[in-house]
Amino acid sequence: MRAMAYRGPYKVRVEEKQRPRIEHPNDAIVRVQLAAICGSDLHLYHGLMPDTRIGHTFGHEFIGVVDEVGSSVQDLRVGDRVMVPFNVFCGTCWYCARGLYSNCHNVNPNATAVGGIYGYSHTTGGYDGGQAEFVRVPFADVGPSRIPDWMADEDAVLLTDMTATGYFGAQLGDIVQGDVVLVFGAGPVGLVAARSAWLMGAGRVIVIDHLDHRLEKARTFAHAETYNFTEYGDIVLEMKKATDWLGADVAIDCVGAEADGDFVQHVTSAKLKLQGGSPVALNWAIDSVRKGATISVMGAYGPLFSAVKFGDAMNKGLTFHTNQCPVKRQWPRLFEHVRNGYLKPSELVTHRVPLEDIAEGYHVFSAKLDGCIKPLVVPTAA
Amino acid sequence: MTYTPHKPPIAESPEELRRRIPGWGVDLDPRDRPSVPKLQFQEDFTGAHWEFPERQPEKYPRERSVEHGMLTPVFGTAQPLSGVSGAIRRHAYRYAEGRMAHWLLLVLGDRVDAWEHHLKSLLTLRPDNPITETGVKAEFTHHGLRSRVGQHRTDLKHQVLDPVIVGGPWIAAAGAAYVGARSMARSLARVGSDGRRPVH
Repeated sequence: MRAMAYRGPYKVRVEEKQRPRIEHPNDAIVRVQLAAICGSDLHLYHGLMPDTRIGHTFGHEFIGVVDEVGSSVQDLRVGDRVMVPFNVFCGTCWYCARGLYSNCHNVNPNATAVGGIYGYSHTTGGYDGGQAEFVRVPFADVGPSRIPDWMADEDAVLLTDMTATGYFGAQLGDIVQGDVVLVFGAGPVGLVAARSAWLMGAGRVIVIDHLDHRLEKARTFAHAETYNFTEYGDIVLEMKKATDWLGADVAIDCVGAEADGDFVQHVTSAKLKLQGGSPVALNWAIDSVRKGATISVMGAYGPLFSAVKFGDAMNKGLTFHTNQCPVKRQWPRLFEHVRNGYLKPSELVTHRVPLEDIAEGYHVFSAKLDGCIKPLVVPTAA
Repeated sequence: MTYTPHKPPIAESPEELRRRIPGWGVDLDPRDRPSVPKLQFQEDFTGAHWEFPERQPEKYPRERSVEHGMLTPVFGTAQPLSGVSGAIRRHAYRYAEGRMAHWLLLVLGDRVDAWEHHLKSLLTLRPDNPITETGVKAEFTHHGLRSRVGQHRTDLKHQVLDPVIVGGPWIAAAGAAYVGARSMARSLARVGSDGRRPVH
């Protein structure tokens, strides 16, 4: 089969690989119809995630058709069209039994600090991902769902991570009616988080980024006020002014490890790999919110330390809520929101890349060319 | 305002927000959101028909974190450990996740892995090609210049480092190979010219 393969930092290509096999009785093999490149795939692409092996196939956002099932699979049938959450999870470990599917303890032997994720290095379990013609899906009776007939493919694929994570990020902000919500990062997750904040009753939603085309999308898709931080001497001070010197009630970090805005922080983390991630957005969030505020962290960081301003966080009495999103827990409500038109994730798709052109797709997304916000990947056989 | 008891007022009323933003407030009740409450026992197990899943066969010694009490019942089988990078990574897994040595050895393993595969690829019909694999062709097909000129992009300050990160190790390796070959040629020439060990 044809599959994307990592060849070292900033390098990927398409290779002929063996079609995945059933490894466990509850596995399914899914023929991928549509996949996506996620902003967090760029952390792997840039060589930031430890134990990313050469030949690894990325891709944790994908939908497809069930091509084969293991002997213990009861629910899915060959030919079913399914959407697969980015979390690999068993359904019954201590964490799964309490709804924390992203923290499953039965699927990632390589680390206990993170659960299993498709195509996201061996640090998350060593599963090849969905930027390929076929993918192995463990626990087929637990993770995947059949795609509802009324749902468009592009909405379905973006519900497997981006939309669920943005919506989850807004929930972790514990937003109450009238809250002022700051969203750092106008990438796909930030845009959905901003849109979701309104659903939870926010009184103001402010999005901060440095890319004008993304801020434009924040205004049209997320109905948000926007600030390009490069136009202000100090974006934190600007946020204090914008909130009558109180600070925001909630901040959502949707940037993570490769945050820009401070050259030294960015280079020491994203380029030199001396930190687990650039904490610029997180530090701006700490400084921009009011005392006693809540900060939701959806941006992905690596496992090494980062220079986070924890003293200020403590002195301000901040509450941090963090986690990888347990996607399937969000789906019933998100299906309603998509059907009612409150969220339309496919509006964020800007590029559709054939699998054979995946190297160009990664470069466009990484270098932020051509107004790219969300690229989809179309496999050869789809 | 901040220096008095009441919160600064919001410019728009709930009714105005509801009119302007489709779906405003549909998830208003914090107790009625999908991720609330946290840590509540889920009766349905989301389709799982086991308490502990059947074990996936371990067909080769699978590395695992020492913070796990056992090999997890299901695991990925992509890219098993091999070569020098495999030995480094296997050593890394002797340290707990809280130890810096664990992660730094894994990062070292990643870099060695890349070089092992680059060198191996030179012996194949499809050697690594930094031009095609970096996708830089997209600079010409996807408005590389227009996407940067006149924009307020702060990332442009460090994007110049990307070619150094990608090309630097290749240039350094080529330089080292050249210096090594030249010094070997010189020492062979010296040995040949002193008359004791002629070189044919």
